[in-house]
Formats: sequence, C-alpha cells, structure tokens
Amino acid sequence: MSLSTKHLLGIRDLKKEDISLILQTAEQFKEVLQRPVKKVPSLRDIVVVNLFFENSTRTRISFELAEKRLSADTVNFTASSSSVSKGETLLDTVNNILSMKVDMVVMRHSASGAPHFLAKHIPAAIINAGDGINEHPTQGLLDALSIRERTGSLEGRKVAIVGDIMHSRVAQSNIYLLKKMGAEVTVCGPPTLIPKYISQALGVNVSYNLKETLEWCDVANVLRIQLERQNQVLFSSLREYNLAYGISRQLLDSLHKEIVIMHPGPINRGVELDSDVADSKQSIILQQVENGVAVRMAVLYLLANRNN
Amino acid sequence: MSEQQLSITIRRLASQVLENNDSISNTVIIGLQPRGIYVSDRLVNEIKKQLPGVAVQYGKLDITFYRDDIRKELHIANQTDIPFSLEGKKIVLVDDVLYTGRTIRAALDAILAFGRPENVELCVLIDRRFSRQFPIQPDYTGKAIDSIISQKVKVFWKEKDGKDEVALLE
Repeated sequence: MSLSTKHLLGIRDLKKEDISLILQTAEQFKEVLQRPVKKVPSLRDIVVVNLFFENSTRTRISFELAEKRLSADTVNFTASSSSVSKGETLLDTVNNILSMKVDMVVMRHSASGAPHFLAKHIPAAIINAGDGINEHPTQGLLDALSIRERTGSLEGRKVAIVGDIMHSRVAQSNIYLLKKMGAEVTVCGPPTLIPKYISQALGVNVSYNLKETLEWCDVANVLRIQLERQNQVLFSSLREYNLAYGISRQLLDSLHKEIVIMHPGPINRGVELDSDVADSKQSIILQQVENGVAVRMAVLYLLANRNN
Repeated sequence: MSEQQLSITIRRLASQVLENNDSISNTVIIGLQPRGIYVSDRLVNEIKKQLPGVAVQYGKLDITFYRDDIRKELHIANQTDIPFSLEGKKIVLVDDVLYTGRTIRAALDAILAFGRPENVELCVLIDRRFSRQFPIQPDYTGKAIDSIISQKVKVFWKEKDGKDEVALLE
C-alpha cells in the first residue's frame, strides 16, 4: 500500500484511501511522539528543503520538527533573506537548490498554483505548505485527525467553517477532505467573504446566520480574517465583524448542545474568536498544533521513498 | 509442526524464559508486530498459567520506522503499545521467524527509544539458521530448521488464519 501521488499538492488530488493511509500513519507517529526518545531514523540520508516565500510560524516550525524527528537533513530558505530579492525566478531558485541533491521540497508561496508549477519542472517530491488562496493540505489533514480524535469519526460529522472563506486555503483543503470522507460541511460568513458559486462547485451548504450554523454543527472550524489578502473593503470594520460573526462565550452558552471549536491559527482574539472561547475546554486549538507534527511526519514518510 | 507440537513448544519456551528470569517482575516481554505478537500473546498466557497471580509486563513493538530499506520499499506501520519505561528492565523480544536478522537489528534500535534496558534476550518460534545477514542469534528457540532461500516458512495462527501450523513452503 502506498499513496497514489508522488507529491502532496492539494487534497483535491488525493483519493479517500490516501487520506485514510495518511491519518493512520499519523496515529502511529503520535505514539512515537509519546516515547522518551521522540526520534526515529526513517528518513536518514533524505534531504528536505523548506522553501518559505511567505511568512509562517506554526507551519514552518511544525514541518521542521517533523523532519528532525524523522532524522532527515533540513535546509531552510526564507524569501526575504535570499536571492529572490535580487530578482531570481522561482524555477531558477529551486533548480539551484536541487542541484545540491535535495530529495523533497516543502513549499509555501503567496501565488496559488506555485507548487503545481514546480512539480511539472523538477524531479523532487513537493509538499504544499500553503499556496495563495488555493490549498493548505497538511492543515486539512491535521484538522481531520483532530476531529476524528475528538468525535470518533469523520463519516456523517457536521462541520461548520466560519469566516473568511473567500481567501482561505485552509477552508478549501478542509472542504475537499471532509466531503471525501463523508462529512457534511456548511460554510458561514458575510456574503462578501463567501464565493458566489461555492455551493454548486464544492457541494457545501451556505449560511449567513452564525447562530443557526452553530446550532446545526458538531464542530466549528473558525478562520482568521485575512486582511493581508483583501484588496478591497469587504466588511465595514473588525468591530462589526466581531458582532455578527465573532464567537463569544455568551453565544456558545445559548446553544442547545456543546460543540467543538477549532482554529488554524494565528488567532485574532476579539475578532473571530473571543479569548474565553479560544482558551475553553471546548477548544482543541492546541491539540491541532500537536497533531500537525504527526501528520507532517506521516506525509514526509509516505512520500520519501518515491524519488529513486 | 502441528497444533499440538506448537503448544508444547510454547509451553517449553515459557518455562525456559522463567528459568532465566527468576524475578519476573523486572522482566518485560515485547512482541514484534505484525506476526510476532501471536507468539508473544501465547507465551505470556503460558507464563501467567505457570505463575498464577503474578503480573507480567507485556508490550508490542512495531519496527517499521527503524527499517533500513526506506529508499527501496514503503512499509505501513502497525501499532506500538509500550506504555511503560524500559529503563533497567530485562527484555525478552519475541518474534515468529528469525531469518536475516534485520528485523531484530531494527528492534534493538527501537527499544532504546524507551529507555536503557539491563539486557535483551531473543525468543523465536522458528530459527532459520544459515540465513543470517547480521550477527544475531536467539536465546530461546522453538525449532531450528535448515532451509534454502527460495523456500518460505509460514506460521499460521488460529486467530488470523484459522489453524495453528508451521509449514515450509517450496
């Protein structure tokens, strides 16, 4: 058994069996992370380069830790301190790095499709760590692992994705994954932040009413408002957004059931999530971060032997 | 090897393990995934039968992430279940067939991630001697057989395969 793809560019290209295999392997790595010595020699002699053309804390540290716990050799690259600022093209940068015998590339880029472009031109296995507003597959996978851990299964689970759907690669990866695994998805947010034809295109429910959505769902995945990707005014103020679509303790207490709260981070406290929600027992935000390392270990492990 | 021979052999292995580990409280039995656990399950049951009322520490180890052939072939991991430290413990590794010795090499590596054991012994149901690629020998052997590379040793278990039997396949 192995994955049906050579790269992890997006959840869209994965089969249901691929997703199950990654989650199953991630569970074994979670056990490894409980041992006194949390390191295995699986990727000894494999060189991974982390190409981050866009800022990141969680994802980069998580990938780096995953690589180190697998004993891979890692090279880090950040665009701001590299020759990209001298005008080098993406392909030139990567080809130069690859000529130093690199096996795998973990890449984040602000342009949607950048890793797909690279996959066509270079032989190394590519893992997409977020491309523009397209996909963030490892986030989708770790969210799925966290939901499964907390609620038992993905099949039939009702998941709400709340907030800036338009600019969110996390939302897109989550939707593809949850639909493939048999969960129901509702996206909820102001009409200006939800793509017009998303219901037809991706088979999700659309709601503009937060309370109704929360009353419906088992799990709410709350997204960050991505001000850096919004080049026009899409809602009047953060304060007003918080009043209509922010999740407060009061709102959660008014529901007739207890739902699970997730957030991919970084949180804008007081905008999409209030502090007493983010830090409550219902929130599994820190478990998501913990699962991130195990999921990334699984992806690296499953793709590592494919480029002989 | 028939069902009856198999159960007699397991009984003898259990007695030998007990003979060498008089204070069983400091000994840990570790079965190797995926097929060594069928031997270790029975071995542990037999030890409990011979020493009623005594707690036997028992874990299961998967060595997939410690293999030396990651570039060649992808292996899917099984569950590891060792919910205690192995620091200072006497360990008996249990597997069904000892062949090249590569699995045991990986298992020795893997065990060190759980602490520094006092010593490690190896117990196998079938020893295919003359096929070793590493200097590894068992301390407890169910049955030693001489086989050539083209032959296969298959151990069947009731729980999984519907019968207890060891067969040499051409």
